[in-house]
Amino acid sequence: MLILECPYCGVKAEETELSPGYEAHLKRFGPGASPEEFEAYMFARKNPKGVHFERWRHTYGCGKWFLAARCTATLEVFGTYPAQVSEPPADIIAKIQARRPGWQPDGKVTK
Amino acid sequence: MSEPVSALGGASFHGFATIREIGPLGMITLRAKGVKALDKAVKAVTDTKLPAPRRIEINGEKACGWMSPDEYLLIVPYAEVSATLASLAKSLAGEHHLAVDVSDARAIFRVEGDKAADVLRKLSPVDFEMLQPGELRRTRAAQVAAAMWAQDAGFTVVCFRSVAGYVMGLLTHSAQPGSEL
Ligand SMILES: [Zn+2]
Repeated sequence: MLILECPYCGVKAEETELSPGYEAHLKRFGPGASPEEFEAYMFARKNPKGVHFERWRHTYGCGKWFLAARCTATLEVFGTYPAQVSEPPADIIAKIQARRPGWQPDGKVTK
Repeated sequence: MSEPVSALGGASFHGFATIREIGPLGMITLRAKGVKALDKAVKAVTDTKLPAPRRIEINGEKACGWMSPDEYLLIVPYAEVSATLASLAKSLAGEHHLAVDVSDARAIFRVEGDKAADVLRKLSPVDFEMLQPGELRRTRAAQVAAAMWAQDAGFTVVCFRSVAGYVMGLLTHSAQPGSEL
């Protein structure tokens, strides 16, 4: 069972109170983009085994979209944060690195 | 003038807790954020302060609940809805806001008795031991959205009117004598 704390209302919401919004921090490609960029924006999604950033909606609560950093392999939740950002905030990255030494925001692991 | 009727005509059930459909209550959805006059506008209609996140301020028949960072639920007597909307329109004139009468879109239940929480525990993924007095919890009751708070030795549960029959069925089934937790 996955429990995520909604950063807007503070409810520790159980997975069934939420709706999944899949990968977070997608960069939008619109008019003027190449077909390849637009195709990647529309369809190409990361599917990592490990640290992953996702969008979730507190559907049965305050109704807001928020973002979550979690591990897809262990279901460990590193943190949740408001959606008005284009990349993971520093405190979330620090929390991930504390648990996954060497992990970098681009998904690479340095030794 | 037609008489307002509640969703289930005041249906009730006496199990290990008592279920009563109440209402109709006047309910207004107020959406606004960062509006200066908001606390005064709410005070003028419910005579309560603006609730903190996830709280409900209750004052007799009136109340103001925090629904989301930009949404409040105002509860007033059914007959006072028009006057309340007029008051809000006046106090919030020129401010970005939305106030709408949702009284007839909702159904309200009371779950009462020593074991009232047991009725709701079976239906919602909520830790009722951690539910604070005056806390408004939006969640689901089985498959539908609901909002609930502890009040007067029991709980008040609000849901959409279109699922009132479903929720009455849930509460009735959950309160069957002998099924206490
Ligand atoms: Zn929330």
